Amino acid sequence: MGWADIPRTSYPKTAPPRDAGAEGATLGFRSMDVTVTGLRKRFGPTQALDDMTFTVRPGVVTGFVGPNGAGKSTTMRIVVGLDRPDEGSALVGGVAYTSMKRPLTHVGALLDASALQPSRTARNHLLWLAQSQGLGARRVDEVLGQVGLATAARRRAGGYSLGMRQRLGLAAALLGDPPVLLFDEPFNGLDPEGIAWIRGLLRSLAAGGRAVLVSSHLMSELQDVAGHLIVAGRGRVVADRAVDDLIAAASDGRVTLRTTAREEAMEALARAGATVTVTGGDAVTVAGLSGAETVAALTAAAVPFAEVSAHRATLEEAYMELTRESVEFR
Amino acid sequence: MIPLLRSEWTKFRTVRGWVAGSIAAVLLTVGVGLLGAAGTVRSCDGPQGDVCPVTPIGPGGQAVNDRFSYYHQALPGDGSITVRVAGLSGVITYPPPDHDEIVAGVVPWAKVGLMVKRDLRQGSAYTAVMVTGEHGTRVQDDFVGDLAAGGDRWLRLTRTGGTLKGESSPDGRSWDVIVEKPFPGPALIGLFAASPCDVTLSQGTLGGTIGACRLTNVTGKFEDVAVEGASGTWAHDDVGGETGAPPLSVGSARQWGSTVQLTGSGDVGPAGMEGGAVLERTLTGASIGLIAVIVVGVLYVTAEYRRGLIGATLAASPGRSGVLLAKAAVVGTVTFAGGLVAAAVAVPVGIRLMRDRNNDIAPVTALTEVRVIVGTAALLAVTAVLALALGAIFRRSAAAVITAIVLVLLPQILATASVIPSSAAEWLLRVTPAAGFAIQQSIPAYPQVEDYYIPALGYYPLPPLGGFAVMCAYAAVALAAAIVLLRRRDA
Repeated sequence: MGWADIPRTSYPKTAPPRDAGAEGATLGFRSMDVTVTGLRKRFGPTQALDDMTFTVRPGVVTGFVGPNGAGKSTTMRIVVGLDRPDEGSALVGGVAYTSMKRPLTHVGALLDASALQPSRTARNHLLWLAQSQGLGARRVDEVLGQVGLATAARRRAGGYSLGMRQRLGLAAALLGDPPVLLFDEPFNGLDPEGIAWIRGLLRSLAAGGRAVLVSSHLMSELQDVAGHLIVAGRGRVVADRAVDDLIAAASDGRVTLRTTAREEAMEALARAGATVTVTGGDAVTVAGLSGAETVAALTAAAVPFAEVSAHRATLEEAYMELTRESVEFR
Repeated sequence: MIPLLRSEWTKFRTVRGWVAGSIAAVLLTVGVGLLGAAGTVRSCDGPQGDVCPVTPIGPGGQAVNDRFSYYHQALPGDGSITVRVAGLSGVITYPPPDHDEIVAGVVPWAKVGLMVKRDLRQGSAYTAVMVTGEHGTRVQDDFVGDLAAGGDRWLRLTRTGGTLKGESSPDGRSWDVIVEKPFPGPALIGLFAASPCDVTLSQGTLGGTIGACRLTNVTGKFEDVAVEGASGTWAHDDVGGETGAPPLSVGSARQWGSTVQLTGSGDVGPAGMEGGAVLERTLTGASIGLIAVIVVGVLYVTAEYRRGLIGATLAASPGRSGVLLAKAAVVGTVTFAGGLVAAAVAVPVGIRLMRDRNNDIAPVTALTEVRVIVGTAALLAVTAVLALALGAIFRRSAAAVITAIVLVLLPQILATASVIPSSAAEWLLRVTPAAGFAIQQSIPAYPQVEDYYIPALGYYPLPPLGGFAVMCAYAAVALAAAIVLLRRRDA
């Protein structure tokens, strides 16, 4: 199926029924934090989690990044009660997931999109999930439409492409219209259009006041989506900061220069005391000189240039900067 | 629990393989059962051609043995007979250990005593008080009734106004009533003697069990015979006697004064499984259907592990135990329904096929028939739950299927296929889930009848519900263990 006909994310006017005590008239649900405190988990000889501690806030997409094996998936599995931590706790809205009566109306999770009974249709896959939460078939059809699988709903899930499985997994997470969403590597197997679609979905979910935690091992996927970043390594949090801060720090004082005379420019700037790195065919990044000093040095040496601008780091650069010191990221 | 049941039912019905497996279980149970029934051919080639003897049916509707030596008078109204059993003697042909000679002896269930019987037809109603070879004085009536009544040798039967009273006495003076029941209408009253064949079971050198039933007879010496109110004319008959029977089995009576010496062979009692083909013969397919049931039960849970779906299931139901209970309810109900359909088709159709092939079907009460049919469905359903629990414990299809088959089917096959000694077979059918197959046994083992009560011939060591309870206990323990493990382990 084409990605072009994917409907824009929309939510039903009436939220599905919730447990008593829910409040928050403006959002239709009570926004919730996810609080992970001091999680430790050992699998045989491997210390998968080693004092993992962070909080996921509502209203923003929180990126959860780190290399494979950093403990991202294990943390998410502990949050939804699949694995039991050796130490520490994970609470959703102050409550343990395992004590929730209809947990999917509080937390939606996409942990493994390939977890499907291949001979069952997508609609039936969602139907049993919905029924386990006391939800009906109508809600199933809503989320199928929401993720763009309405026309493929009665096909066997075994015949789905990886991208369609990701969408089905997202539909399952959205089924209970929960205030907290956990997505483990949701971009896997998606083509660029699919990635763009998920980014839009994540943004709108967060904008609706939900707490959204998205794990990825590729920083570029989270570019322009994540408002907050939790960087994990070796089972603990290495950094836990707002994305804007991170990028500002990584951009700090650097200048991007575009010139056709790259060699001469680098020589002139080095003489002026700058550290120069080639970042493209005609682009270099200059550190140690301000924009004005760079322009002065180039003019003095009569080197032509097309552009001198303050450098804005990509999320990936910020991540590299952040993790340069840590051996586990090599 | 209701949402979980709906959810698990949706899971079950939306996987074509599981639905197909459940249907296969029904078809296998019916198909294999009917094949077995169609293959049960009875042929009785004799001087009169292929004419099979008709098994007598008792007043209670069951097949009976009714062959004995009867020295009797007519009893039109009230009357009584009193005797002292002075002694039992007899002949046993070729008894163990060497089976090489005919010896004097009395088998444990040789019976001599007094009997009031409706008429000389086999299977007609009777009430008797008797002295047995080794089981003391007893009261027996209408073939299945049997009661121990001490050890007195003086016996009396009295009929007054349609009520029959049996008494015993140590000395002929003080009498204890040991039975009292209505027995109105014209009847016969007199002395009887019967001696069932001597049953021996031995282990074959190449496996299997060899049963032998060797002819015996008994002679009862009755003294102080006193009859009142009867016709006064003695007659002797071998009830159920056959022409051309061996001389030792032919009865005789000698009387001098008030002393009678009566010799007889045969037995008066329920027929057991020689009374005809048994009902459950039409349900042998259940053992094969069971394999499909086991596979479906196991896959219903292991498929979730294989596909990683168990994570979604447990995230939706973090209480976890409810998931397995709901699964057990769904797979148990589906299998029970399928088993009920299968058994309800296989039994009547199979009986029809067997009757067409000259077989008598050992008659059972409607209640027994219902128990066998519903029990077969329950047997399959509980096996499905056991298989499910094993699947949840092992989380691997192959290991769980093999374990379920080894637990349920293998003991059943080993025990009934006569490849291991009967004692081992009985032990297996007591301690393994295969004990549950006892619920299919339609003809009970009667303690008052010496017979080949071995699993190879369809006799289970535990009573129907007792055996079924053993199987249920296995399923319950396995399910409890599966729940504990499911709650304890990471998904």
